[in-house]
Amino acid sequence: MASLAHMQLGLRTAKPGNAAGRAGWAARAVLTTAVVLATSAFAADTLDPNALKRLVHQDCGSCHGLSLKGGLGPDLRAETLEHYDADILTGVILDGIPDTAMPPWRPLISQEEAEWIARYLLEPEAQ
Amino acid sequence: MKQLILGLAATLLMTAAHAEPTATGDLGLVIERAKGSVLLVDQSDRAALARIEGLGDLSHASLVYSPDERFAYVFGRDGGLTKVDIVTRQIVNRVVQAGNAIGGAISDDGRLVAVSNYEPGGVRVFDADTLEMVADIPTDSKTIGLVDAPGRRFVFTMWDTGETWIADFSKGDPAITKILDMGKNPYDALITSNGRTYITGLFGEDGLTALDLWAETPEPIRVLPDYGRGQEEMPVYKMPHLEGWALTGREFVLPAVGHHEVLWIDADTLTETGRTQTHGQPVFAMARPDGRQVWVNFAHPLNDTIQVIDSVSKEVVHEFKPGPAVLHMEFTPRGHEVWISVRDANKVMVYDTQTFEKLREIEADSPSGIFFTARAHKTGL
Repeated sequence: MASLAHMQLGLRTAKPGNAAGRAGWAARAVLTTAVVLATSAFAADTLDPNALKRLVHQDCGSCHGLSLKGGLGPDLRAETLEHYDADILTGVILDGIPDTAMPPWRPLISQEEAEWIARYLLEPEAQ
Repeated sequence: MKQLILGLAATLLMTAAHAEPTATGDLGLVIERAKGSVLLVDQSDRAALARIEGLGDLSHASLVYSPDERFAYVFGRDGGLTKVDIVTRQIVNRVVQAGNAIGGAISDDGRLVAVSNYEPGGVRVFDADTLEMVADIPTDSKTIGLVDAPGRRFVFTMWDTGETWIADFSKGDPAITKILDMGKNPYDALITSNGRTYITGLFGEDGLTALDLWAETPEPIRVLPDYGRGQEEMPVYKMPHLEGWALTGREFVLPAVGHHEVLWIDADTLTETGRTQTHGQPVFAMARPDGRQVWVNFAHPLNDTIQVIDSVSKEVVHEFKPGPAVLHMEFTPRGHEVWISVRDANKVMVYDTQTFEKLREIEADSPSGIFFTARAHKTGL
């Protein structure tokens, strides 16, 4: 997953009309994209619940709190979220909420991973 | 005989009391966020001395020191305010003062400890000796960027309403000065070490906003209003931190929000003097105490890396990967070494800042913030 942001940077800076010195980024972006595609494909086949739990608590947790009780971002505990469908949560995770601090995670995680996280938030015990 | 025994006992007690005076000047605490503990460390020995447990939820925790460098006031995410005696290595007092807290500060005279809270939004101020609440300042907003300022003042800012308040405790009951229109969604703030300039980073709009605390009535001063968070917006996976004053000579350095760069700003004119492209979105950009280097760590998923920027050339002069999830850095007070917490390696790593050689690894459980006692004597820390 770590290489994804490289791809993002690479693609952004490799836009037509950018300075010639950026050409290296384009090449790197292509290479990185290949690596990323391979990584994503692998991730989709084998969801790693421990890695995803870690992501939820440590990285989502930087705004929502390690125990998901909320911080700069809202409370994400199951009892708070229970009236949301997993689909809605999956969409928020993947695409973020415009004009708020909630970023889209689509550049970093797959659809399947987002679905897993949505289910995990709603039913922590079941996952 | 009885007198002799009593005399001996008294001598023994006195000896025990004087046997090992604990000098705290080179000690520090490392937050162990998962366990709710702090690790007492010795900077000179590059060693952990003791673990103190029972501090609650320490995700996103920070702490300040009493002026005598004996007590640490630890601010936990769960609203816990814990007073730790680093000489006796135990918790001496603890209150849960709110539901959800984000940080704190200690007054210049060391008598008041303030905590900023998300829920209920506001600042609560406590007696540093007893931890009894002496003032409750609701703000109707998540409250961030709380610092101490000279003259027994605290300054803090509201995420939701974009206001900065100055609470002046010099005459007992706080006198509140409200500065409106600091900008949309300020996410953190810092104060210069001389206590003059308070600056907030903005998440919701371009730029930063500064206040001159020496002014009779401080007015918001826009800094880099054209700096484009909106130009090429990237998702922000972790809010940067503005901690301390990364002052390098005449400039200071700030992490950019949503960009892979740090910004150089002239400290006098508050105008941009340069940008340095970085490996990822910076979280901390911290100047070595002499200002010659700036060390930068990054947001997920590039948080295994550190870059060192030379403050004269503004170029990256060193890059390395200490390990998974580099969360914080703390320099020794004179800057010869830096301690780095590597959360997912469960280690604190100590590096020489001249040679970049790794000098030591210290075991710690999910370490985050590292705080040396020298902070006791610095405004804003």
